Formats: sequence, C-alpha cells, structure tokens
Amino acid sequence: MFTKPTMEPDPARTKDQLRFITCGSVDDGKSTLIGRLLHDSKMIYRDQIMALERDSIKYGSTGDNIDFALLVDGLEAEREQGITIDVAYRFFTTPRRSFMVADTPGHEQYTRNMATGASQAQLAIILIDARKGVMVQTRRHSFICALLGIRHIVLAVNKIDLVAYDKECFDRIARDYMAFAAGLGFTSIVPIPISARYGDNVVDRSARANWYRGPCLLEYLESIDIQSGTASQAFRFPVQWVNRPNPDFRGYAGTVASGRISAGDEIIVATSGRTTRVKRIVTHGGDLVGAEAGDAVTITLEDEIDIGRGDILSRPDDQPKVADQFAAYVIWMDEEPLAPGRNYILRIGSQTISGSIAEIQHRIDVNTCEHLAAGMVSLNEIAFCNVATTMPAVFDAYDVNRKTGSFIVIDRYTNRTAGAGMIAVPLRQTANIARQALSVDRRQRAALKNQKPCVIWFTGLSGAGKSAIANLVDQKLFAMSRHTMLLDGDNLRHGLSADLGFSEADRVENIRRVGEVAKLMADSGLIVICSFISPTRAERDRVRILVGKDEFIEVFVDTPIEECARRDPKGLYSKAKSGNIKNFTGIDACYEAPETPDIHLRTMEQTLEHSARAVVDLLISRSILDG
Amino acid sequence: MRDVVAEFKRPVMLYSIGKDSSVLLHLAIKAFYPAKIPFPLLHVDTTWKFREMISFRDATAKRLGLDLIVHVNKDGSARGINPIKSGSALHTQVMKTDALKHALDLHGFDAAFGGARRDEERSRAKERILSFRSAGHVWDPRNQRPELWSLFNTRIRQGETMRVFAMSNWTELEVWEYIMIEKIPVVPLYFAKRRPIVHRNGAMIMVDDERLPLNCDETPEMRMIRFRTLGCYPLSGAIESDATTIEDIVAEMQTATVSERQGRLIDTDEAASMEKKKREGYF
Repeated sequence: MFTKPTMEPDPARTKDQLRFITCGSVDDGKSTLIGRLLHDSKMIYRDQIMALERDSIKYGSTGDNIDFALLVDGLEAEREQGITIDVAYRFFTTPRRSFMVADTPGHEQYTRNMATGASQAQLAIILIDARKGVMVQTRRHSFICALLGIRHIVLAVNKIDLVAYDKECFDRIARDYMAFAAGLGFTSIVPIPISARYGDNVVDRSARANWYRGPCLLEYLESIDIQSGTASQAFRFPVQWVNRPNPDFRGYAGTVASGRISAGDEIIVATSGRTTRVKRIVTHGGDLVGAEAGDAVTITLEDEIDIGRGDILSRPDDQPKVADQFAAYVIWMDEEPLAPGRNYILRIGSQTISGSIAEIQHRIDVNTCEHLAAGMVSLNEIAFCNVATTMPAVFDAYDVNRKTGSFIVIDRYTNRTAGAGMIAVPLRQTANIARQALSVDRRQRAALKNQKPCVIWFTGLSGAGKSAIANLVDQKLFAMSRHTMLLDGDNLRHGLSADLGFSEADRVENIRRVGEVAKLMADSGLIVICSFISPTRAERDRVRILVGKDEFIEVFVDTPIEECARRDPKGLYSKAKSGNIKNFTGIDACYEAPETPDIHLRTMEQTLEHSARAVVDLLISRSILDG
Repeated sequence: MRDVVAEFKRPVMLYSIGKDSSVLLHLAIKAFYPAKIPFPLLHVDTTWKFREMISFRDATAKRLGLDLIVHVNKDGSARGINPIKSGSALHTQVMKTDALKHALDLHGFDAAFGGARRDEERSRAKERILSFRSAGHVWDPRNQRPELWSLFNTRIRQGETMRVFAMSNWTELEVWEYIMIEKIPVVPLYFAKRRPIVHRNGAMIMVDDERLPLNCDETPEMRMIRFRTLGCYPLSGAIESDATTIEDIVAEMQTATVSERQGRLIDTDEAASMEKKKREGYF
C-alpha cells in the first residue's frame, strides 16, 4: 500500500467527485433534469426556490408548475430566448458522492460548447425524447463524447410520461441506441426511463414505470465505479513553474498528471534525455515520501539539469513521445475557419509552441461518422489533421492520457481559442532516435574557455547598422580574449541556407536553422553574435526559447526606415521600391519591433562605436564578461 | 495559480478578507512554498467594512509578511458616497466596482485572482476560470474563451486583463471543510456570538459603529448571530446561529435551507443584478 507521511488535502479528492455532462436536443429537457436532480436531492435552498417561483411566472413555460430549467439557465439573454447557450457548471453533494454537472447545449451550432463540457467529464447523460427516439443529434452527441474520451454513458429516455410509460417504446429506443453505439468504444451504457418534469426514476423510483427493474438515475450516479486509474498509469509530471526562492533551492512545481513517484526514483527529461533522481517532494505541509496523480507538489532533483516550464518529467523506461509532427483530431471553435499552413499557437500541457495544421486528412461528418475531403475546417466541424510544430513537443496519445494528449489552438492575431485537439499518433519522432545524453556538458565546455556562453541577437531593418555594430562588438570581445563567432544573414544565405528563398515559409526556416546553429555554438561554449533582420517577434521568440532566455540577448538596432532607405548600402531599397524585390521588410512586409529588447540602440543618436560599447557594457553588467 | 504567475507580467490577488479569500491566500502560500507569494494582495476598502474585518486583515498581513495594497476610492469618499444615504447600488458601483478598476489600472495589474465560486449565484455558474476582460474591464459573457481540460489561454493584448477564479469548482461546504482540515484562520464574525442588531428589509443588520442611523422605532437588540458572507456591514444580513466552532458551522451547513448570498442585500436590487454588475466590472 502506498502511504504518505502527510496528506495533501484537496477537497475535490476527500469526497469522491463524479463529473458528468448532460446532452440532448433543445427540447429534450436537460435543464429540467438538472433542476430536478438538484431539487429532489434537496440541493436547492429555500430562497432559491422562492426566486424560482417568481421567475417561473415571468419566464416559465410550464404554466403553474415550477420551471426547473430556470434554475439552471443563468444568463439574462438566454433566459429570455429560452435556450441554454453556453456551458454552465452546477454542483451538488449527496452523502455518498459530490457531483459537478456541465450543462451543455444541444442546439445545432454549439458543438464547441459540448466539447468543452465533455473535456471535463467522466460520464455523459444522453437525453432522448421518448416520443422521438434516437435522432441525428443523439448520434452527434455520442460521437463527440466518444472522441473526448468519455467511457460511461447513461441513456436517459425522458418524457416517458408522454408515451404512457410504455415499456415497448423504451426497449426499442435502447436497442436502437446500442446498435448505433457499438462502434464507439464505450465501456458502459445504461438506459433508464425517466420523466424529468414529474421526477420518475430521477431520485425516487417510478411507481408508474413499475416494469423497470434497474437503478434510478441518482442511485446509479452515486454508485458507478469511475476507476479513472490515473495513479496506476505511467508517471507524468508537467513542470508548471520553476521555484527558485534563493540560490540554494531549485524546485519544479506542478501537479502529477498521472502515475506516482517517490523520493529516490530515477526520472528523465524527455526533450533532453537527461536523467537524475528525485531528491525531495516538497509541500507546505512538509516533505512527502511519494506523490500520485492529482497531487500538487514541488520536486527537487539530485543533479542540476536544465529544466523549464513545459518540460515533462517521466520514468526512463516509460517516456512520453517527442515529435514535431503528429496526427490529431481537431474541433474547430472559431468563426474564422482553420486554414492549413497558417501559423497558430499551440498550448500542449504547459508547453506553448507555435505550429500549424500542415494537412487536413479528412473532415468527419459528426452525424454519420463519414470521412469527407476538406480544404478547411469551419466552426463546429471536426477534422483529422497532421500538425507540425516549430520545435519538438512532448505528449502522449489522448486515448492513453487525457492530460498530456490534449491541446488548444490559439489564433495569434485575435488571441481567441480557435480549436481543441486530441493527439492520435506521432508522425515523425525525433525521439525515436533517442537523444544521446552527452557526458561532457555545456557547462564544462564553457568552463574550459573560461567564459559564459550566450547568443547576442541583433535585429532591425535592412541597412540599420546591425552588421557594422555586430562586427565592432566581435572585435572588442576578441580583443578581450573571448571566444566568439559571428553569424551574419547575408553570409549564411550563401551556404547553410543557399536552398532558401524569401517567402514567409523560407524565412521562418532560415531563422530556425540559424537558431539551431547558434544554440550548438553556445553549447560548445562560444559567445555567438547573430545579425539578422528577423522581422517577427514570433521567430525571435522561438530562438529565445531554443537558446534559453537567460542566455539570449536581444539587441534592437533602431534606425528609422527613411534613414535606412537613404543609406541603402546594398541598393536594396531602391530595388524594392521599384518592385524588383518582393516581401522586403519595411516596404511590403512588416517589421515588428521588439517590445522589451535587452538593449535598444538608436543609431541616429549615437555612433557605431558608442553602440558597440553599450553592448559590451551590458554583457559586463550581466556578468557574462568580467570587465 | 502557477500557470498565471508563469504567463502574466503583473498578477495580483484580490483580497476581500472573507472566508474564500482566506482559503485562496492559503492555496497561494501552498502553491509557491518555499518561495513567498510572488504577487501583492489588493483590498478595495469601501470604508464600510466591519471593524473586525479590518483588524483581521491587518493582523493577517503582518503575520504572513504580505505585500498588501489597500485602495479606497478617495473621490467617492470625498463626495460622501455611502451605503445608507446613496443606496446600495450607487455605493457598490462607486466604492467597489469603480475603485477596483481604478486600482487595477493604477498598478498596471494584468491578471487578478479572486475567490468567486460557480455555486454562489446563477450568472457565476457560467463564468470561466480565466475570465477575459477587454480594455476598460468589460466582461462580455458572449465573448469568453472556451476552456477545455485544464488548458488555459493566457494571451492578452496591452490594456486587456484577466480575472482568475481559482476556486470556481469549490462549493461553500467544501470551503468550510477545507478551513477545518487546514486550520485556516477566518474573521471571528463567521462564528456565533451575541451582537447588537436591528431588523431592516427582512434582514438582521449589525450595528457595527455609530455611523448606522437608527430610526426612532429601532433599538439595537442583542442576538446570538453569525454571518455566512461578509461585505459592507449595512449591506450584510446576519443569521441566527449557535455555531461557535468550525465544526459547528460545517454541521449547520449540512442542514442549511437557504443559500449564502441570501444575506447579500446587493444581489436583490433587481433581477439578474449580479450579471449587470459583472458586465460593468464588478468581481
């Protein structure tokens, strides 16, 4: 038995909590059912009932009876429309269990809300109107539930009062549904005949449907064994935050996503291949011997290895996948359709990575489960896609681990959450070639040269003076006996990037290569000076993340475009203006100035010599040079 | 919480002194231990809080060595806004909502933690955990980001802010059970004691200081009371109770028949009034 010296009390875990969603079509009575569950399990307070009675007269659709749906429908506008438009979360507790209910709309265009609710749930109640039977929406809801990894279904055949409590009718609907759902991979499907309006088989057994021998709804929800089993899965610990209160303590804070770990266990960082052992598992209530899925802890390690936010700690014999291409189901949630090739921000666990949907393999018709060819994916559509990221991501398949196999897609211009994805398989595993952990590390290489490596990144318009200042800095460092290397945009274009043009994709690839080369050089202990226009923040950020923000020094060489065009050292501006060069930064492609550069050089106000000296002074003040 | 600290430039915790704030503060201490809480606390003081709340606030800040910012809408005080003469709606708007927005702008906070829970009130049930506010602190319930799994979209532009409800999925009972298990200190007003009260609009209002004008037919009477929710004293209704320990409160909660916000006079101003206040920037 696994024991802990001190417990980390989390109220969600002290009493076993069941999270479920309800889905059904507009008039199937979902909100009424939830209201009924809350009411009959005595979860509605007296003042809320009084408010309900008031509202029932104003908005209600049930005549003199209390309209339970009003208790659940929260926002003013939708109350007037009589349609639930969003996801509402309700909570109730019985002596046996506590419950969180996501009320999700069944209205045609709100697939995204249902997916949102389903992502949190372990069980789904699918409502069917006994008069109508299995409908198109029923199939859609079931498919989405299956896709989002829900394994337990309650088929609530509602309005059984309106078919005179007919057993035949109930049996037929249950049979139809079982036949349809056989291929969806559910672990359990339990049909229950209910009347939400009159309370039959919700909390109390129905006297009128006395042919039904199974459990009533609440009884079933209280007793179903949702063996999430996350503690027995492979250990995954996504690092949320590096806790460094003083130089003597360096801990990695996060919540154990799955599995368990004990002090002394060996762990590996999937992206670097580095291994070490867990030294301590720190909490406010004292150190723990072990931690398991759901525990929020801070882990310290035996060796100081390079770990940051977004890394995942696992055991060496059971690692997550590392790849920069994977296949995934994507649910689109934005008005603006998903465009293949467009750059988005992906949030995978605590990793934030830029990437794109490289290819749409097929779209899925949620009503028929048919595969359709598609050039784009619109709001509320689901597609199976190939995703490409600009740096390797760490993940598991979604059906193995919901926490490390899910991601959201963020539009980088509007910042809206545009889509949600569930990873199926990695396509190109950089980690299939398991990374070779080097036995001489970068620290030692730098120590041999008696210096601290870094990447000094000059960005600015063409003709701003980047190369000239970078050259001067290089000379000064050389004079100080520092080992440096200068990477210049024009020079690299003749060799490493000779195959690339100036399209957006090629420019991004060029900077990716430069970033990789700069990182290798910094790893070998060099001070690397880079001079590239690098017009977008995103590409500079990628290099910053790659190199590590502590060793990346962004130098903004700021010269007004009029002055650059006047200088025009290579005659490029005149060519661009006459249309002979396309995508020229500052003319027909935009330059995004750094928001917070490490140093901002205004070349109109100071000489090249002053600028170069300012860079060297910064290196001294950052203790990269010792003056 | 750790995600927010990692992703935002200048987070702050809104500290209202109540039980939820006490739990939130405790969670923050645990989340960042052994480091200190890496953000300040902000209390928007309407100047009409119970005296015991203020002394509890100051004692807590001192005991834990907190970076506490107390903000008062000086303009509102100068204009003599108060909950009795100005009415609860205007008082809340000026001394809480406006004051909060002003304080957030003044310090350039881009993310604000709050202790609000989804079980409190109907419009809160649909609230996000990370609730997006456009420039000017406007909450548009139609323009909120879907939240799947526990993957939060933390990206905002200059001037936009995020409210972060870390306790969204807690219930009132769970809050008290947690306070009991973790032995978290709370304001003594939550425990029953004989206190002077008057009856107004069907609620029991405690006479906390001489600023509460008494009608000629009103004489404060001593009753055994406690509060389930704390705010400005003239707007907070007490309940009769014998619960003098946390164990008593948990037991009382399990048999409670009215909701906690019933004691909040500001909620009943008009139908769906919480939603209105939220759109205007109330927490």
